[in-house]
Amino acid sequence: MKPAPFAYKKPRSLEEAVALLGEHKDARLLAGGQSLIATLNMRLSAPSLLIDINGIGGLDGINHSGGKLEIGALVRHAQAERSAAVAQYAPLIARALPHIGHPAIRNRGTLGGSIAFADPAAELPACLMALDGEVEAGGPKGKRTIGAQDFFKGLFETALAPQELLTAIRVPAAGKDRRTGFAELARRHGDYAIVGLAASARADGKNLADVRLCFFGVGATAVRARKSEAALAGGDIDAAIAVLDLEPQDDVQASGAVKKYLAGVLLRRVARQLLEAGA
Amino acid sequence: MSDHALDVSMTINGERVAERVEPRKTLVDFLRDDLGLTGSHVGCEHGVCGACTMRVDGAIVRGCLMLAVQCEGAQVETIEGLSDSGEIADLQAAFEARNALQCGYCTPGMIAAAQDLLKRAEETKSVPSRDDIREHLSGNYCRCTGYHAIVDAVEAVALARAGK
Amino acid sequence: MKITPDSPPTLTALDRPNSYIGRSVPRPNLHRLTQGRGLYVSDVALPRMAHVAFVRSPHAHARIKSIAADAAKNSPGVIAVVTGAELAKVMTPWVGVLTHLKGLKSAPQSPIAVNVACWQGEAVCAVVARSRAQAEDACELVEVSYEELPAVTDPETALDPKTPVIHASLGDNLCFERKLDVGSVDKAFAESDAVVETTFMFGRHTGVTTEPRAVVADWNEGERRMTVYHATQAPHMMQDLFAKHLSLAADQVRVLTKDVGGSFGIKVHTYADEMATVALSKLLRRPVKFVADRIESFVTDIHARDHRVKAKIGVKKDGTITAFEIDDLTGIGPYSVYPRTSGIEANQVVILTGGPYTCANYRAQARVVFTNKNVMCQYRAVGHPIAVAVTEGLVELAAAKIGMDPLELRRRNLIADDAYPCASAAGLKFEQLSHHEALAHLDAMMNYAGLRAEQKKLRGQGIYRGIGFASFIEVTNPSAAFYGVGGARISSQDGATVKLDSQGAVTVHSGVTEQGQGAESVLAQCVATSFGVSMDKVRVITGDTDNTPYGGGTWASRAAGIGGEAAWQAGKALRGNVLAVAGAMLQAKPEDLDIRNGVVVDKATDTERLSLEELARVAYFRPDTLAPGFQAELMATRHYVPRAWPFAFTNGIQASYLEVDTDTGFVKLLKHWCIEDCGTIINPQLVDEQIRGGVVQGIGAALFEQCLYDERGQMLNGNMADYLVPMAAEMPDITCGHVVSPTADSELGAKGAGEAGTAGAPACIMNAINDALRPLGAHPLTDMPFTPGKILRALGKV
Repeated sequence: MKPAPFAYKKPRSLEEAVALLGEHKDARLLAGGQSLIATLNMRLSAPSLLIDINGIGGLDGINHSGGKLEIGALVRHAQAERSAAVAQYAPLIARALPHIGHPAIRNRGTLGGSIAFADPAAELPACLMALDGEVEAGGPKGKRTIGAQDFFKGLFETALAPQELLTAIRVPAAGKDRRTGFAELARRHGDYAIVGLAASARADGKNLADVRLCFFGVGATAVRARKSEAALAGGDIDAAIAVLDLEPQDDVQASGAVKKYLAGVLLRRVARQLLEAGA
Repeated sequence: MSDHALDVSMTINGERVAERVEPRKTLVDFLRDDLGLTGSHVGCEHGVCGACTMRVDGAIVRGCLMLAVQCEGAQVETIEGLSDSGEIADLQAAFEARNALQCGYCTPGMIAAAQDLLKRAEETKSVPSRDDIREHLSGNYCRCTGYHAIVDAVEAVALARAGK
Repeated sequence: MKITPDSPPTLTALDRPNSYIGRSVPRPNLHRLTQGRGLYVSDVALPRMAHVAFVRSPHAHARIKSIAADAAKNSPGVIAVVTGAELAKVMTPWVGVLTHLKGLKSAPQSPIAVNVACWQGEAVCAVVARSRAQAEDACELVEVSYEELPAVTDPETALDPKTPVIHASLGDNLCFERKLDVGSVDKAFAESDAVVETTFMFGRHTGVTTEPRAVVADWNEGERRMTVYHATQAPHMMQDLFAKHLSLAADQVRVLTKDVGGSFGIKVHTYADEMATVALSKLLRRPVKFVADRIESFVTDIHARDHRVKAKIGVKKDGTITAFEIDDLTGIGPYSVYPRTSGIEANQVVILTGGPYTCANYRAQARVVFTNKNVMCQYRAVGHPIAVAVTEGLVELAAAKIGMDPLELRRRNLIADDAYPCASAAGLKFEQLSHHEALAHLDAMMNYAGLRAEQKKLRGQGIYRGIGFASFIEVTNPSAAFYGVGGARISSQDGATVKLDSQGAVTVHSGVTEQGQGAESVLAQCVATSFGVSMDKVRVITGDTDNTPYGGGTWASRAAGIGGEAAWQAGKALRGNVLAVAGAMLQAKPEDLDIRNGVVVDKATDTERLSLEELARVAYFRPDTLAPGFQAELMATRHYVPRAWPFAFTNGIQASYLEVDTDTGFVKLLKHWCIEDCGTIINPQLVDEQIRGGVVQGIGAALFEQCLYDERGQMLNGNMADYLVPMAAEMPDITCGHVVSPTADSELGAKGAGEAGTAGAPACIMNAINDALRPLGAHPLTDMPFTPGKILRALGKV
């Protein structure tokens, strides 16, 4: 289908973008466009105005400072894939990126867009939660920081206020004791996952501490499996699977029961990744 | 043309183009309808089939997931341009010799994706394996060939370019 | 008959110097496609061309109470808003029935629904505007008031008295019923040592051609002529139908088909929205273009293969198959599709099941019922994927039950290679097949013993690989027995005209069409060989009802076998004509001359006598130099239709080697093989590529593809993200080999090859999965597509 008509503006600054959002209540922000334009093409959304933020400077940097890795909202997935800083300081994100769609999608899609869109079957929101990361948002009152655990509210729903833009994400920079695990099951390479798991932990001698297991594709948002985290910290993989308390819904790809079962399979595989020496 | 229409200019296959276009018009529709460059094809309009894959500022993109107005000042390369420049001559020859195309509808997008893989391989001085090729082309739908012949053709070109 | 790993056969009487028969030459029309310079209907733009978009019913079954179009008519760019009632003044409705499918019934179908919408997605109103986008904007402003009616969505209950009847005039929801009872089935089961009974389910799925359906209709009021640029497989058939339903003479309609972005049977049917587009052009007296977008394709392109088959096989301890029995139920849409009907697929299932085997006891029943889902009709390999999966599924279940190797059980039951001509239990007439030769070739090619050993070793390590087979027969080169006898104006004959041009090059005009399968190349190879020039001197014209002989187009794998034969004969005839001119010019006997590589030569000595260029110059520009009374005739037309056999049956055998991840239920396809006997092979590479493409389509059916509907008749996954088509990363390499049993019904001896891959692949995959899981005691899987969830349930893990 062809999109319904809309006007188009390309602000040159964050302030301009925020002001436009304030003036036009049903405007949509265009970053990578890989989700938005598909939605517009299917007329699932009909905003009166598209605000193209690709012209706003300063949002496409990758910086390591103060123990954190900051990735600007407009960093393309492909750019992050090639980044040595991401590979070193956010290896979990580096592992997830090749699973996002296909090369042509990753050349345009942005990390900020993916986080802000908050698709429950997407990899990056789960990674952000697993890394206990945070989102920086810019609005009429300036910038604020929102922790990952407070950011994802519901199905495609985030804590961003109507007049706010996501400007960057930040994750604690991985040190030598960081362990990461990532696995997803998709029928075809590049598809949205039937179920996936992004995991992070800190090696504490032979054990694990700060275990965070973040499943995606199993609920309205990515979901922390806190009971399993505790069991895994104690080194008991079987117990971690036994107490896995996800309640996924049926969808066209798989039933809730199948998703729950597969989540357990992924947990076993990812647990082994976490327990292996070396990140 | 409605009130929303904007002037946009870009370079397409080396030719400067300036047109007035509705913001809602996708890049691939702009190329096909307004400029008569019908070599890029539309298969799904949701970015999944890959038939619209083309190059913008040197990177392959889905022409159905970009708007023409986003391409102000951009360098757009479609199959016609890639072909006329000679850049993909060996790929085209291999595809034809191996019958790596049947109906040809997915072919422009498939070749753009294959060329992207081969350029990356040249940069890293590596030769992609058959699995690498399948993975890189995993976002380009072909209903006719079943992919085997396409992998054969791309593999042959990869080896030839690497001097093997 | 001999095994040919990949080398071409040599023809005897047909042997020509520099023959192209059996050579894998590249197709001559590929440059334009790799340069992006093809001409697909979706590329066509004409002056004053308007675009149509359709308002489509959101309900599976609803009475259309009213349509308010004023707001839409005033929307920017809108030219017209047209309802079904208004269009009925321009175009008559149609009914998809054939007399040879006794009892087949269907209700009249209109180009735009009148009074009642019968499936979610059926067009209820057309909006014509200057752009597709503006037409869609206006569609949103059309107010349709519906009264929802109960939807019939379960084929199992479609015939229950309590279930509403979709078309009251038909009395019930039964479209067609077929029964067959041959031999002594009950006695045979009673005397069996083992009986296997199971139910096979086949998921409704669809073609997903990369180029969606497209048509540009151009009614020229001054010429009183309709030109239709149509992405179709059968331009002459469509010419006939457009004329009929617009009350025009056939010669008032011209259908043009150049490049088609994939068809596979999807584009050989009559679609209401395409017919509406043609009617709109006549109504509005200007070109109108319709290109189905992907979302509407999923709910309007024909679906196929929605079958539930209860099936039974009996075997003796020694492996002899005693009987087959099937009960097939298929739920089509609310209309039998026109003109080929939606009864054919079930009819094929009935006649093809058990086909490769000697078993003489067979009972079958098939019922085709109407539902309020999208229409269903012929899609690549029509009925074969189901018949082969049922047959070969039963064969391997029986083999497992009596502890016999599945290839060995086949060896004991496949019709012997020297038993021909013969007929199957269902009455299919076979000229010459090669089941045993093909099986032996496959066994060797795949190193079956080696794979079994590897499988056993890996099982010990907890890795579960499976090997599955499918033997099959395949209908190709259909005679009038398929459709013509039933009253359909579908041509099983075909023709070719060849012409020598003024420079000594040749043009071929053919009634078959290029769909990507390589028809243009095959035709060029045939003519180049039988006439005597190099292929670069042959140009092929297809897809133009004004400029090609009347033909049937492309379907049922007929282009090479039938179209190729007509071209071959025409090339021979032109050679005769040209040698008559050469004889007159050289004062030699034409029978002492030949044309080789574009030159007239002495047949015995190969001495060059005269170039074709020179011959053409004299014939066209200096006829005054030829003997009085001699008339040069540098064109020839020949037609061909198979007469000796209703169908040229081919045969083959496929194997799949795969690994099932028993933790996740995911299947990894490791390798696939196909041995195919399609008679004389004109271009081996093209045949192999048809097989490969067909296999992958069959893999799609087995593992990925299903049109999912809810109980209200709403399609749930009608987009490319949710409907899963096979992509490159999950597909295996496919090795092909051949046996050659030419048909004597034509000089070339070529049968068809386009559908064999699709016919056998689903059965193969199913058998391989069950072979992999058998040691784990899993209940055999018979419900396609085999998703991870189904595999996990079979393993008892969910």
